[in-house]
Amino acid sequence: MSFPLLTATAALPAVGAIATAAVPAARRNAAKALALLVSLATLALAIVVLVRFDPGGDRYQLTESHAWIKEFGVRYELGVDGIGVALIALTALLIPFIVLAGWHDADPLETGSRRWRPTQGFFALILAVEAMVILSFEATDVFLFYVFFEAMLIPMYFLIGGFGDRAHEHGEAAASTQRSYAAVKFLLYNLVGGLIMLAAVIGLYVVAGNFSLQEIVQARANGSLHMATSTERWLFLGFFFAFAVKAPLWPLHTWLPNAMGEATTPVAVLITAVVDKVGTFAMLRYCLQLFPEASKWATPAILVLALISIIYGALLAVGQRDIKRLVAYASISHFGFIILGIFAMTSQGQSGATLYMVNHGISTAALMLVAGFLISRRGSRLIADYGGVQKVAPVLAGTFLIGGLATLSLPGLAPFVSEFLVLVGTFARYPVIGIIATFGIVLAALYTLVLYQRTMTGPVKAEVEAMPDLRARELLVVAPLIVLLIFLGVYPKPVTDIVNPAVKQTLSDVQKKDPQPEVEAAK
Amino acid sequence: MENLIALLIAAPLLGAAVLLVGGRRLDAVGHWIGTVLAAASFAVGVVLFTDLLGRSAQDRTLTQHLYSWIPVEGFQADVAFRLDQLSMTFVLLITGVGSLIHLYSIGYMEHDERRRRFFGYLNLFLAAMLLLVLADNYLLLYVGWEGVGLASYLLIGFWQHKPSAATAAKKAFLVNRVGDMGLSIAIMLMFTTFGTFAFGPVLGSQEHPGLAGDATGGKLTAIALMLLLAACGKSAQVPLQSWLGDAMEGPTPVSALIHAATMVTAGVYLIVRSAAIFNGSPDAQLVVTVVGAVTLLFGAIVGCAKDDIKKALAGSTMSQIGYMVLAAGLGPIGYVFAIMHLVTHGFFKAGLFLGAGSVMHGMNDEVDMRKYGGLRKYMPVTFATFSLGYLAIIGFPGLSGFFSKDKIIEAAFAKGGTEGWILGGAALLGAAVTAFYMTRVMLMTFFGEKRWQPDEHGHEPHPHESPRSMTIPMIVLAFGSVFAGGLFSIGDRFLNWLEPVTGHAEGDSPLSPMAVTLITTALLVVGVALAYAQYGRRPVPVVAPRGSLLTRAARRDLYQDDFNHVVLVRGGEHLTRSLVYVDHTLVDGVVNGTAASVGGLSGRLRRLQNGFARSYAVSMFGGAALLVAATLLMRAV
Amino acid sequence: MNPVNYLYLAALLFTIGATGVLIRRNAIVVFMCIELMLNACNLAFVVFSRMHGNLDGQIIAFFTMVVAAAEVVVGLAIIVSLFRSRHSASVDDASLMKL
Repeated sequence: MSFPLLTATAALPAVGAIATAAVPAARRNAAKALALLVSLATLALAIVVLVRFDPGGDRYQLTESHAWIKEFGVRYELGVDGIGVALIALTALLIPFIVLAGWHDADPLETGSRRWRPTQGFFALILAVEAMVILSFEATDVFLFYVFFEAMLIPMYFLIGGFGDRAHEHGEAAASTQRSYAAVKFLLYNLVGGLIMLAAVIGLYVVAGNFSLQEIVQARANGSLHMATSTERWLFLGFFFAFAVKAPLWPLHTWLPNAMGEATTPVAVLITAVVDKVGTFAMLRYCLQLFPEASKWATPAILVLALISIIYGALLAVGQRDIKRLVAYASISHFGFIILGIFAMTSQGQSGATLYMVNHGISTAALMLVAGFLISRRGSRLIADYGGVQKVAPVLAGTFLIGGLATLSLPGLAPFVSEFLVLVGTFARYPVIGIIATFGIVLAALYTLVLYQRTMTGPVKAEVEAMPDLRARELLVVAPLIVLLIFLGVYPKPVTDIVNPAVKQTLSDVQKKDPQPEVEAAK
Repeated sequence: MENLIALLIAAPLLGAAVLLVGGRRLDAVGHWIGTVLAAASFAVGVVLFTDLLGRSAQDRTLTQHLYSWIPVEGFQADVAFRLDQLSMTFVLLITGVGSLIHLYSIGYMEHDERRRRFFGYLNLFLAAMLLLVLADNYLLLYVGWEGVGLASYLLIGFWQHKPSAATAAKKAFLVNRVGDMGLSIAIMLMFTTFGTFAFGPVLGSQEHPGLAGDATGGKLTAIALMLLLAACGKSAQVPLQSWLGDAMEGPTPVSALIHAATMVTAGVYLIVRSAAIFNGSPDAQLVVTVVGAVTLLFGAIVGCAKDDIKKALAGSTMSQIGYMVLAAGLGPIGYVFAIMHLVTHGFFKAGLFLGAGSVMHGMNDEVDMRKYGGLRKYMPVTFATFSLGYLAIIGFPGLSGFFSKDKIIEAAFAKGGTEGWILGGAALLGAAVTAFYMTRVMLMTFFGEKRWQPDEHGHEPHPHESPRSMTIPMIVLAFGSVFAGGLFSIGDRFLNWLEPVTGHAEGDSPLSPMAVTLITTALLVVGVALAYAQYGRRPVPVVAPRGSLLTRAARRDLYQDDFNHVVLVRGGEHLTRSLVYVDHTLVDGVVNGTAASVGGLSGRLRRLQNGFARSYAVSMFGGAALLVAATLLMRAV
Repeated sequence: MNPVNYLYLAALLFTIGATGVLIRRNAIVVFMCIELMLNACNLAFVVFSRMHGNLDGQIIAFFTMVVAAAEVVVGLAIIVSLFRSRHSASVDDASLMKL
């Protein structure tokens, strides 16, 4: 038997989480270093996965399969396709930056208490989330996936509720209340989604008799497993609801601004750049593959919701006064694009959507982490508290601008490629929706530039006069992300090559063909 | 030779990267790095140009395929360049004028501590603009298209500590984004219609028509109109013109390079490049001509009323681009002349802006022409070069503008029918107004009494001639303004050069070229005379008089900005604010309401758990009794 | 004698116990009443065992005794510690989990 590479990729951060948690209270820095080391080692493993993955090969590769709960046919089955590989790489890539950016976010306010170990907890929880996210990208057993999909909530809950921005404009007590509100809201939303999904998972078992994704898809394809139309639709809705909460799709989105606003910025990045991707990933993998007919049936409604997300999220971002909430609403708009691309059911749309997941992760991380550095300097999340930062901290402002430009999908930066693919893919099948979605790019420019103008330009405010520019550690976080944004904008081929075959497979599962160009068709 | 094309872009791109990443270490030499790399790009351009000249007319298209950019099932976008006569013309204009303006900026920005960054942005602009004109497909063109928008944003807002500059930069980017939306929709339409958006397959060539010829009229019209929307944004055409006036907040070299000579003409390039699409859709062409005609009058009227020298020139730019767009809309009759006017305009308008910059440089950055006056004595070189630019733009016989503008007016009449008369009439009227406002600028700036006064700190401006690094570019551009038109027109050189790409047709003009020239010249005299009567013979008041209704409207850009403000800005603010409210109270409210009602219910249920052991006992006994009763009842039944 | 009479006795004892639990406040008394109810049940089990002629009921009665003995140990301990902390043996006083 070959080396269980996928298990190792997930097990490493899991073990690392336990080890980090076990570091004695006084050795805070050792815990940080350990967490960073583990996340880098995980990244190395993820790169090995990426290299070993053959885009032209089987659909699922590096597979592992062991019996787990024999009575219910639950198996420990792992395997990755191109989409999974891309997202595992994204996750493994972002965690070191998140760890590094959050270096001081969980330092205890006063030393003394020997049993209180927030730092160890913070980094252990981040690694735990990483492990579960990676496992949910790897699982090819529906039940196994469900377990990690839900288990992820626990560390996330503690990360949101337990750690907040060091300085808060309304004082620590108010912050604590708002934090627990945000954490509970996050948990409840996702639990409700998860419960409904659990019902659907059980329903699927009743109908199909096992939990194996590949077996069910195969059985459906060769006709040996027949599902009544209404059953399929109900099951689809059950799955989709959970993923739509996680993604989040309008109108299930309101937990995200709270969670991202109250959590520390690295955790906010963890939420939107990593954890939420599980939702969109699962739509692509589970909704479309398990329930192709129902997916097609629900497409019009989902496209409309996605469209609303795009425009609504962008408009709300324009109206925000809080930097982090603004980024959160911008993310809602971007998730609208991803879902639009998935359900447009064209090669361009789905390749674009997958690429979008990766690019959005990187671009939001860049913007949000720089925003976090800014906030930590002034101790306020309110846009109005800033002004003229460009003059005192040009590097900070410059990187913030690049993050913003990536968010508004400037050509030459990575998100442009994916956004354009999604738009083209949508337009090819649904021209009106495609055109309305295009308005999103104007609104994106509006909220980004307004944010930049209000915080970075104009006369220097007295409170920001002494603001230091980016430090070496912070630059180390931002610079690689920016390089990556430019590289993937100029040369996205490495990612598209991995993603394309998987998208082609998915489209053949739903039996959709790309629309043909008019003129060539006529010839 | 093909492999040199990428070098054109690479040189300024490298400059931008080095200057922006390099940091303060490069402050001392940054401006030279920028200038040398711009000049290097120009040198490569010249090498390529001589190579093209050595080939036969049909063989002048070079392509370079670098790599596959976005390969997705059924969708192919490459990083590939195309150098033909049209893009060559632009390359020379961009790098030539660009290098001169780099040189000029060395002096102009001398006292700015962020000069290195300025040159980095200028180099970034050059790279993006070259990418725009060299791209071999629309998506890559789009990259350049937004790239120049970004450079323009950065440069307009270069003095970002001024809120007005930051706002102007943002506005320019946003208005342009609306146009960009048009371009991206056009690309999507091309993709769904043709399955590709590369120039070769879509546009074809003179000999081998591309796919555009096979599409239905409706699709072509839609594509063409979306391209026009894009052009309107970038080239400041009505209704997306409002950003250009504000863009004058940027440093003057920027106004000269980006907002006069090169970037704003990108819309004209787009239309001429897409000739095959526009030719297939007469409806779209009509719209293009209307947009051009309206803008040329709009810009001219605005130019008449502005007291800010740069804004007056900005109005003029808008108007001149209106001419080009009008010409481009005329189809094969006008394409060549649109580009010809674009090039000559590049020379004289850049020269005029640099002159204006030189004046401001000597006048403590004062821009109000009412506070100038009599400057010809203090700045002889500036005066001389500005005058030549002035004569060129109003179309003084023999100078550049005369040749290129006349051709456009002729072509407008040649459109034929009522349209021809209307468009031609508008173009003629525009020529007269141009003469008026440019004479006004000239008289208010260089003639009459000196009108400047000490500012609030007691500093009185001491007008002086600018340093050599600034005057040399002005002199070179003045040469261009004088001779370019003649050089291009005599022997139809420019026509023969461009015709293989754009195609050319002679129209059927109701007026002979001689008649057009005579009428134009007559109107020119009228315009100059009117301006002289108003601004030359009477002293110019330092405080602007209230003015007629039209003047007041023109000062406010014909209320277009106010309309935008009320409808879009205010409306948008209300919309977002109410949406924030809706999100908080309605969407979130439903959820919070559910949570609250669950909480309330459990609060009520909680009261049953009062902590008294005996009440629990009662409920236990009660429950047990109930169970027994139920069991008995079931038995009985 | 008719074994049913023993059942009546068991029912009577149970009722007395239940009533005691409901109306008395003193924890010790409540506790004794619970014992009374348990013993009433034991009696009933033994009677049933006798009536049906098998040993199941008697076995269960032994079990109950064992459980009751354990319960006494825990219960009395709780009562004692309650009395210590509150200086009262009233069950109503101990209506909150915390002091």
